[in-house]
Amino acid sequence: MRATQWMGKNHVEVNEVPDPQLLNDRDAIVRVTSTAICGSDLHLYDGFIPTMKKGDILGHEFMGEVVELGRGVSNLRVGDRVVVPFPIACGACNACARGLFSVCENSNPNAGMAQKLWGHSPCGIFGYSHLVGGYPGGQAEYARVPFADVGPLKIEDDLTDEQVLFLSDIFPTGYMGAEMCDISPGDVVAVWGAGPVGLFAVASARMLGAERVVAIDRFGYRLDKAREAGATDVLDYEEVDVLDALDELTAGRGPDGCIDAAGLEATHPTTAVDAYDRAKTAVMAETERPHALREAIMACRNGGTVSIIGVYGGLMDKFPVGSLMNRSLTVRTGQAHVQRYLRPLYEKIRDGEIDPTFLISHTLPLDRAPEGYRMFRDKEDDCTKVVLKP
Amino acid sequence: MSSSRTRPGPRRTARVLGLASTGLGVAMLRDPKGVARFSGVDDSATALSVIPLVGARELLHALPLLAGRPGWAWTRVAGDAVDLTAMGVALSNRGGERGRRLRTATAAVAALAALDLLTAARSRRAGSRSAARELLPSSAPWTSAIDVSAATTVSKPPQEVYARWHDFTRLPEFMAHVREVRAAGIGRWHWVAEAPGRRTVEWDAEVVEESPGERIRWRSLPGADVENAGVVEFRPAPGDQGTEVRVRLAYAQPGGTAGKAVAKLFGEAPDQQVRDDLARFKQILETGQVVRSEGTPEGPLARRMAKQQPAAPRS
Repeated sequence: MRATQWMGKNHVEVNEVPDPQLLNDRDAIVRVTSTAICGSDLHLYDGFIPTMKKGDILGHEFMGEVVELGRGVSNLRVGDRVVVPFPIACGACNACARGLFSVCENSNPNAGMAQKLWGHSPCGIFGYSHLVGGYPGGQAEYARVPFADVGPLKIEDDLTDEQVLFLSDIFPTGYMGAEMCDISPGDVVAVWGAGPVGLFAVASARMLGAERVVAIDRFGYRLDKAREAGATDVLDYEEVDVLDALDELTAGRGPDGCIDAAGLEATHPTTAVDAYDRAKTAVMAETERPHALREAIMACRNGGTVSIIGVYGGLMDKFPVGSLMNRSLTVRTGQAHVQRYLRPLYEKIRDGEIDPTFLISHTLPLDRAPEGYRMFRDKEDDCTKVVLKP
Repeated sequence: MSSSRTRPGPRRTARVLGLASTGLGVAMLRDPKGVARFSGVDDSATALSVIPLVGARELLHALPLLAGRPGWAWTRVAGDAVDLTAMGVALSNRGGERGRRLRTATAAVAALAALDLLTAARSRRAGSRSAARELLPSSAPWTSAIDVSAATTVSKPPQEVYARWHDFTRLPEFMAHVREVRAAGIGRWHWVAEAPGRRTVEWDAEVVEESPGERIRWRSLPGADVENAGVVEFRPAPGDQGTEVRVRLAYAQPGGTAGKAVAKLFGEAPDQQVRDDLARFKQILETGQVVRSEGTPEGPLARRMAKQQPAAPRS
C-alpha cells in the first residue's frame, strides 16, 4: 500500500509499504477513505517530539471502511463505514471505566518509555512517535485499528467523509477544551491559536453558551475563519498587546476561560522573547515555546480556568506559577477523550448544529502529502486544514 | 507501577548530595579565587591550583548521585577525607579572619561528610544482597543477587487475579523470558527460561506458600542452574478498583557462566523487565490480550523499547 512516512525532520515521503495485518483478536483493518494532517503532526514534522523513527507512518485523523476483522470484534461488520478516534483505548481498565480514554492504562506497549519522561504513561496514539506506542498512522491506504470494538464510530447516515472526519480528533479536542472551562451564561472565553483545534474550541464555546468568544492569532485569514466559527472578537497579536486588549474587552476582569490551542511551538511578537525560547529549545534546555500558555495564565480572570489542549511534550521554562497560585486559577488539560465525545458530537453534526467542513482549505490526493505538510506548516495559500484522499 | 533495588530514602539523599556536588563543582571550576577567599585559603597558591581539580572531582560523582545511586556516596566520603585532611593542615597555620573562615568551611565539610557516610552506609544496607537473602534459600552459595520488585493495579477481583497467576503453566504468556513451566511432581514445577545466545537456563521450583486470593511464594530447589525465588501478593485496591498486585523476585548470581547468563538476561534494566511482565499480566486480565504495535510487536519488552522497529507494517 501507499503510506506517508516520516523520514526525518522536515521530511515526509509517500512510499510503498507492506499492507497491515491483524496482530490481535480485537483488531480491525480499515481501508482509509479520508485522512487529515493535524497541527500536532507538524510538531513531529518539525522534530519537536522525541522517539520518532525513520519510516514511521504518520496520521491520527482518519476514517474509512472495515475490510478485515479479528475474531474478538463482534460489534462491527466488514463493509462498515467508521471514524477512528486518535487515542487507542482498551475500554476495560480503570481509566477507560472513568471515561479517561486518552490515559488508557493498557494501550501503550511502550509505557516504560513514557514513564521515564512523564512519570506515568498515557494511551497509545496512531502515528504519533514510539513514546506513545509505535503504532503506524492513518495517512495511508490501510490502517490496523487495535481495540476496534471500543473506539470506531459507525457512520450510518449519508453524511460525507468531510462532515464526520474531524470527529477523529480536532472537533472533540476543541470541544473538550471549551467544556473544561465550565462555561456559565455571561462568560467570556479567549482562545489562543485559530488553527483547526482553536476554531473548533471557538465554535464549541459558543455552543456551550459563552457570551463572548475572543480568538487570538496572527494570520488574518484564520481570524476570518474564527469569526465564521462564532468568535465575537478577534485579536491579531502582532498588532495589539493581547493582555491590554483582553483587559479592555472585559473591563479589567480578564476572560473567565482561557484556552491554549497553540501548544509548544507558539511564537511571540517580541523578537527577544521569541529568540530566548527558540535558543533554549535549540540546545534542548527546554522543549517548548510556551508563549501562548504563559499569556493565557496572565490574562485569566481571578478564579478562572486555563484549559490546555495545545500539545506539549516535555519541559518548559518561566512558568508563571505565581500568577496561577495567587489568583486561584484552575488548570485543566488532557489529550481529548475522543471516545466520550464521538456520539454526542456526531449528533450535533447530523442535526445541523455545526458544519465542520468550513475549515477545510485543501483536499489533496495522498501522494501529495509532502506538499500538504509544507503548505500547512508555512501557512501557504491560506492553508487551514488539509484533507488527504488515499 | 514502581520498582526498586534500593529504598527511596537513600536515593533521595543521594539526589540531594548530587545537587550539592554539582553546585560545589561548578563554583570551584568557575571561580576558584572566590572559593579560596570564602574558605580562608586565598593566601595559598597551591589552593588556587587544587580547587578546580576538586571541582572536577565533584562533577564526576554528581551524575550518578543525581541519578539516585547512593553507592556513589562512597566516592564522596573518600573526597571528604582528602579535603578534611588538607583543611586540617591549612588550619594549623592560620589564625585571625582567615582562620575563622576556614573553621566555618571545615565545619561545613565535616557535616556534609557525615551525611555522605550515612548515605553510603544506608546504600549498602538497602542494597540487593540483604533483601534477596530473605527470599532465597539461605544455604545458596551465591556472592551477589538481583532483587527486583514491581507493582500494578488490575481492575479485576483478587480471586480472579490470583487464579490467573496460579495457573503456572501459563506464566510464559506474560513472563517474556520464561519459555516453559511444567508440572514436576506435587507442588513442584520445572521452569525453562531464555538466556542470551539462544541458551536456556532451567530449574525445579517448589511452591512454599499459597494463600488463595492473597499470596503465592516459590523458590528453586537444589540443583537449579540459577538459584531464585519469588513472591506475589494480591490485595483489594481501594475504591473498587480491583486488585493491587505486588511482586518481588530474587536471583542469585553464583558467578561463572550461569551467573553471567542471568546478569545478561536482565541486562541493564531488571526493574523494567519485571514491570513489563506485570504490564502484560494486566493487559491479559483486563483486555484478554497482550497489546502489540508494529514498533513493539512482542508487547511491552525492555530490549524492544530500546530498539524499536519503525511504526509500519512488515511483510
